[in-house]
Amino acid sequence: MSLLQIDNLSMDIVNTSILRDVTLTVDPGEIVAVTGESGSGKSMTAFSVMQLLPESVKTSGSIYLDGKDLLQATEAEMCRLRGNTVGMVFQEPMTALNPVKTIGDQVTETILIHKAMSPADAKTRAREVLDRVGLPADRFPLSRYPHELSGGQRQRVVIAMAIALRPKLLIADEPTTALDVTTQAQILDLLKGLVEDFGMGLLMITHDLAVVADMADRIVVMRRGEVVERGPTRSLLAQMKHPYTRQLFEASGHQVDLPPRPEPKPLLEVKDVVRDYRLPRTRPFAPHGHFRAVKGVSFELHRGERLGLVGESGCGKSTLTRALLGLEPIQGGSITLDGEPVFSGTKPNLAVRRKMQVVFQDPFGSFNPRHRVDRLITEPFFLLDEPPTGKAREAAIGEALEAVGLAAPDASKYIHEFSGGQRQRIAIARALIIRPELILFDEAVSALDVSVRAQILDLLADLCRAYDLSYLFISHDLSVVRTVTDRVLVMKSGEIVEQGETEEVFSNPRHPYTRTLIDAAPVLPDLDALGRSLTDA
Amino acid sequence: MLNYIFKRFLSLIISLAVASLVIFFVIEVAPGDPAQFMLGINAQPDTVAALRTELGLDVPKWQRYLGWVAGLVTGDFGTSYTYRTPISTMIADRLWVSLPLAIYALTLSTVIAFPAGIYAAARRGKGGDMAVMGATQLGVAVPNFWFAMMMVLIFAINLRWFSAGGFAGWDKGFWTGIHSLTLPAVSLALPQAAILARVMRSALLDILGEDFMRTARAKGLTRRQALWRHGVRNALIPVLTIIGLQFSFLLAGSIIIEQVFYLPGLGRLVFQAISSRDLIVVESVVMLLVFAVITVNFLVDLAYAAVDPRLRSRT
Amino acid sequence: MRRNLIIGAFLTAVFVLAALVSFFWTPFDHTAMSIPDKFQRPNGEHLLGTDHFGRDILSMIMVGARTSIAVALVAVGIGMGFGVPLGLAAAARKGTWLDEVIMRGNDLVFAFPSLVIAILITAVFGAGAINAIIAIGIFNIPVFARITRGAALSLWEREFIMAARVSGKSATRISFEHILPNVMNLLIVQGTIQFSLGILAEAGLSYIGLGAQPPTPSWGRMLADAQTLVSIAPHIALIPGVAIILTVLGLNLMGDGLRDYLDPRLRVSRA
Repeated sequence: MSLLQIDNLSMDIVNTSILRDVTLTVDPGEIVAVTGESGSGKSMTAFSVMQLLPESVKTSGSIYLDGKDLLQATEAEMCRLRGNTVGMVFQEPMTALNPVKTIGDQVTETILIHKAMSPADAKTRAREVLDRVGLPADRFPLSRYPHELSGGQRQRVVIAMAIALRPKLLIADEPTTALDVTTQAQILDLLKGLVEDFGMGLLMITHDLAVVADMADRIVVMRRGEVVERGPTRSLLAQMKHPYTRQLFEASGHQVDLPPRPEPKPLLEVKDVVRDYRLPRTRPFAPHGHFRAVKGVSFELHRGERLGLVGESGCGKSTLTRALLGLEPIQGGSITLDGEPVFSGTKPNLAVRRKMQVVFQDPFGSFNPRHRVDRLITEPFFLLDEPPTGKAREAAIGEALEAVGLAAPDASKYIHEFSGGQRQRIAIARALIIRPELILFDEAVSALDVSVRAQILDLLADLCRAYDLSYLFISHDLSVVRTVTDRVLVMKSGEIVEQGETEEVFSNPRHPYTRTLIDAAPVLPDLDALGRSLTDA
Repeated sequence: MLNYIFKRFLSLIISLAVASLVIFFVIEVAPGDPAQFMLGINAQPDTVAALRTELGLDVPKWQRYLGWVAGLVTGDFGTSYTYRTPISTMIADRLWVSLPLAIYALTLSTVIAFPAGIYAAARRGKGGDMAVMGATQLGVAVPNFWFAMMMVLIFAINLRWFSAGGFAGWDKGFWTGIHSLTLPAVSLALPQAAILARVMRSALLDILGEDFMRTARAKGLTRRQALWRHGVRNALIPVLTIIGLQFSFLLAGSIIIEQVFYLPGLGRLVFQAISSRDLIVVESVVMLLVFAVITVNFLVDLAYAAVDPRLRSRT
Repeated sequence: MRRNLIIGAFLTAVFVLAALVSFFWTPFDHTAMSIPDKFQRPNGEHLLGTDHFGRDILSMIMVGARTSIAVALVAVGIGMGFGVPLGLAAAARKGTWLDEVIMRGNDLVFAFPSLVIAILITAVFGAGAINAIIAIGIFNIPVFARITRGAALSLWEREFIMAARVSGKSATRISFEHILPNVMNLLIVQGTIQFSLGILAEAGLSYIGLGAQPPTPSWGRMLADAQTLVSIAPHIALIPGVAIILTVLGLNLMGDGLRDYLDPRLRVSRA
């Protein structure tokens, strides 16, 4: 029998079916990845092994861990297993640790709660595991508090807690989704190393096929609560028997065809832009410190050009975006659109603003929930001196909605009646409605499932053909930027370290940081090569 | 950490300064001529003039204000017009009733509210939770002075376990004093306990939804262990705020409760001073009460830093 | 919990109705004394009995409801009228001197023991319903300012507000068009809670003789009158107390019920 054996697991929450007949196994020393889009039930499968489920959940089937049926286990038995035989790593490292306890106390607690060692030994063990996960004693003493650590470091603490007692099975629920690519690569390496060293089984939940292809020995693909396909990673990817697997794979690496761009003619000119934030005083009466988020950035965006801006969190790309939109003042340099400054004095320049619009990341937070779609997408009309009224307004609304693949009657609906992908379409319609010269896409596809993301990217390419769009596409996702932009800027610590034609930068990066980024990003395997290597073997 | 304390301290000083200005303005500037106000409309002009000199109303207002503040800082609160005794000794006598009463009530309310709130949160949605929530819903709605009257009716008049009013004094022994403060303290504490228990419960329920509680459960802690080890200390942060605010309510509430039980405390002193229009006493006692509340809130701010390491390290 | 909302709304409606009806009709004249009828227990003629002057308690309760509700309602109005714009302004100008001044001012008012200041005001300006309203109202201002600011701040971080800013709308316009409608639910719930606290505060002030003055009847003063008589005729003390409790309980239950009912998250999940 395998280390973990889930047979015909079904789950209902108040008459809604969450899982149906899920079967999977994990052996010692094996990495099994469960993948699928949101609503596939992959996380619920993980939590059902821990038996950390809402009380209203009804389950049937069986989950055998190390020969014991967890669905029949009492809560007290489960408490003895959790942290001891099975450990878990979560998605959100920023909130997974108790803010008022030291990291030492939190790691030691795993050991002490199972009365596995004396307090002194537990402390020694805590030190060992923290060292093992890459948090050495000199920089990360046990007395550190979580808020003193970065996201990646916190995730290491969570991993240390999970492996402190050398569990036989480790469950990781989207362990790197909230992290930057370079940090993600390190955490994935760490997990792989732990599996090798300790011979643990690792059940990893992830939506990212590229991560799966790199890491897993075996893959389980789920969709709407059911397993659609399973198998060893390489043969599964080479064959992809189920159409959904194929669809998922294609959407993950989706490429679009952009129309050729016109002759370069400057539209947006950014020169030596500086953005400082004032920091709180460190001592009473000490002068305020300053944090320079954007350090003299210069670039141009041409009319009809699709420009990308990539960088990790904290690199200053969001700050730069807000400055471009005229939402925050800059402390040096100039931003001009069509030769006119975005700021005139301290006030944002309305004449320039009406030439610029933005699409944000969060499809749920981008709209006032109390307004109907027609009112939501006509908000930019406020910028016009003579906004269209009556029939002209209706026509403009209808045209904008149809341009993004929705229908004119959708105008009278409320935003909660739409899915995430549809909302992002509405956000694009709002940006299009006054025909701006430039659109900023601020992580506009980052919150979407891959198949929805592929559709939105197609929509972008269509709109480029129909409206000659110029846009700045800000994203942390290299593969997306690579397909929807002509040129790209790479930003690090408030500076642009490299810029150039997208294909050129990606295939031949010059700056070491760009190279690090590209190397760290997990990539989908080349299917032809995979198929060949399989037949050779 | 030092910077945090310094900021809070600065804010304490500013609050005290502004509070003293407001009180001074309301008492000595707003009613027109304080001497006339204190003596009433029918007073003889020469009596009024004499009082004006006695109160020092002839000097400019800002000088009077500075004099008053200097007096407060050095412990010289002035002389009561009606009793002809130094206000500082009057206050000192009354403090021996009011302060123990406030502490007694705050202790009672905390001792009742913490277990009740934690119990309700742990049993969320079950019978125990419903019972606690129902009781607190009622507790919040009961006016404390009415509750005091009902307690007098039951425990003093019918059962004769306590006296209906008055204060036995501390010189007859600690427990005698405590005994005569029990009914007032309970009537002050119960409605406050109801509020505190509700805050404790909802703060805990918020914490229970946090990711780190799930992490704790994944380590093998039972529900109860997770609640006690990780929940309670985090929930203390909002609860401390309420305890600080409650101190202010207890002080104010004691003015009414001291009326019900005829206790010779600060509240009764203010009340009597108002009736006899002794503005000098009113001014000083109100300032003292405000000082107490602002200081307690300052201490609560320091307590935050003890509970929450994020505040300690934030510069 | 729908049940809370229904029970709360019912209790509140009963007392509001009693107050309204008292303008046209009460069982007896609430000021008419009749010494021979004094200290009557509740009976067929006097449903809630009579007090030490032989006045009909039901009539006094009905007219007293008027005082309580009027004082508390106006006090909530003062609190909302000043507090909400201040909170909106503080949030819109987060981190500036304006925000700082508003929030420090709030802290200062919070630092005053409310009843002490109410006493101070009535001591200097005289006892009466109007001064009680002002005293209670002033302490409602920081409550509404703080809750409005807190909710508005998190809204200002939302992307739909950014979108409105990109559309060139001013902070004032955004505050009224986008922020205010989205904090309204919160304000309604807090309003009912402050309303109930206002009723308690009015009763307290009237009890120590600083609220509504005779002949205006009020629940607090009925209790003050009853205090020395509680051993002779407990019902005189019991009935006004129960009236206060039921009204406050009703308002609190209604507030809780409204919170659940108006919570957009719950509503979306139901849709």
